[in-house]
Amino acid sequence: MAKKKDLLLELLTAFFALVCVSPFYLLVINIGKSSTEIITDPIGWPEDPGRLLANVTSVTGHSMFSFWNALRCSVTITVVSLVLLVVLSSMTAWVIARGRAWWTRFLFVFFLSAMVIPFQAVMLPMLSTYRDISDLVGIPLLRSYEGIVLAYLGFGSSLSVFILHGFIKGIPYELEEAAMIDGSSPEGTFFRIIFPILRPVQVTVLILNGIWIWNDFLLPSLLLSMNGEIKTLPIAFASFIGTYVKQWDLILTAAFLAMIPVVILFIFLQRYLIKGMVSGAVKG
Amino acid sequence: MKQRIRKILSLLLLCAATVLAVAGTLALPRGAAYLAAALCAVAGLCALPTRRHGTIVRVLFVLPLVTAFTATIIYPFFIGIFYSFTDWNGVGFSEFIGLANYKTIFTSSEFLYSFAMTLLFALLSVLLVNLVAFSLALLCTSRIRGARFYRAAFFVPNLIGGLVLGYVWQFIFNRVFTAVFAGTSSMLTDPNMALAALIIVFTWQYAGYIMMIYITGIQSVPQDVLEAAEVDGASRWSTLCRVTIPLLANTFTICLFLTLVNSFKQFDLNYALTNGGPSRLLEGKVLYSTQLLTLDIYKEALVNYQYSTGQAKAVIFFIVLACISLLQLRFSRKREVEM
Repeated sequence: MAKKKDLLLELLTAFFALVCVSPFYLLVINIGKSSTEIITDPIGWPEDPGRLLANVTSVTGHSMFSFWNALRCSVTITVVSLVLLVVLSSMTAWVIARGRAWWTRFLFVFFLSAMVIPFQAVMLPMLSTYRDISDLVGIPLLRSYEGIVLAYLGFGSSLSVFILHGFIKGIPYELEEAAMIDGSSPEGTFFRIIFPILRPVQVTVLILNGIWIWNDFLLPSLLLSMNGEIKTLPIAFASFIGTYVKQWDLILTAAFLAMIPVVILFIFLQRYLIKGMVSGAVKG
Repeated sequence: MKQRIRKILSLLLLCAATVLAVAGTLALPRGAAYLAAALCAVAGLCALPTRRHGTIVRVLFVLPLVTAFTATIIYPFFIGIFYSFTDWNGVGFSEFIGLANYKTIFTSSEFLYSFAMTLLFALLSVLLVNLVAFSLALLCTSRIRGARFYRAAFFVPNLIGGLVLGYVWQFIFNRVFTAVFAGTSSMLTDPNMALAALIIVFTWQYAGYIMMIYITGIQSVPQDVLEAAEVDGASRWSTLCRVTIPLLANTFTICLFLTLVNSFKQFDLNYALTNGGPSRLLEGKVLYSTQLLTLDIYKEALVNYQYSTGQAKAVIFFIVLACISLLQLRFSRKREVEM
């Protein structure tokens, strides 16, 4: 009886998994088809699976999509933002967690309260603020790497500081005291003692922000614009789709290319990715 | 001796910072000069031998992130509220017009319709996502073979951006479903079905993530409590309803909160899958049938170039989201079981 029930559960799970994965299957088989074959037979196995490679190379080499350029932009923006975000938010979280001055308590509320502000509520004035700052300081913030990295620092800071703050609170203060007594400066204590201990949470922060920054469409579409020089993968994909409406062979191949880097990353770092994203959500 | 060298060095650096900053405003390329000045100032302040060294370091530690945060969120947030009371056009404003923008949006049927649609979408997705996610979590924590593989499979859609998935699903709705169920027209051409399609895709994408949170919750239920229930002869079903679910109240709070907020903020899927369409005739007016609030704000400002009304909508969006999340948190807190 119990065995039968288990089998039923197993079949049910397998069915759900099949439903869940089928869009990816449909995507891959249709990349192996010509544009007319996709329309006439969207579910069947492709007549000539070798077309998959031909389709992929035709889109990677396409001047409208410029896959390699987009990949490079996406990687640059994600990596630079993440490194800065992790280092700077660790520093901030440490000051907030260990500080006893009034302003450190204020900063905590300051960062925390912004969690309820949705992106859409600030996106329009943010653009004009960035334009004003560019004029004032002379560093271009619109259509530039500097601007988008600054924006990701701003939008990523709340959650990162909050998660790191919680972790630092759990580190015994005696550790820092001992270092101080041995003559270590505050910055030395932070970088030599605290920073290395933070590594596991930093991975969480990295993953949580990494997935979001990599897939983000709205912010770069506003800051970098759809037809600017710097195009992240989602932007390149969206502008490519805009020029080839309903050309499903091109659209699906581009979609495949846009999702392949994350899928590869997931295959290798599965455990870390899942753990990072889940623990981040639970703490947030 | 060492102290003295340090003092001289730090004063030199601070002087260099001032010179660079002045030079920036006068002659040199401003951006680079200011940046160099800032770096010199930081190094100088760090080297300054005073008893307040600790405070200086702490302030310098928080300064970069506070600057980025203020420039990106805090300042735009407040100035945005102010702009919503003016005739702002994205660059500047000429006069203060009070509540006129709010009057405009609250009398426009488009906004009220998309508001209602967003509420409906959020409500249905919260129910569906949590139902699916919790069921999947139960399946993945039962004694089935390959549970880890299944978890990963359910989780994958969540890693890929809504924009890309939206177009893939557009293909599935428009081409695959119409081929499988020959003779039917695409779901995306019917106003009601298009909303259903949006909810289906959102659930497909998001349930795997929420499932993972439920799984963490289920695994943290103490084993001895479950054993006690088994010894007392409780069936699987009543163990689930009377033991597991009450113990998971905290997890339910987190999941409901996350899904609600994220379904409200949903933009990418909406943009890629339906882009607001198809149109619906309502009391003699043509409306975008699946235009959720975020897409409505986006289009108002960046397609129709009505920045001030767009910003007013954004302020309303913020107020609604803040109220709902606070209410929901308070509501669910009461139901939690303390262990």
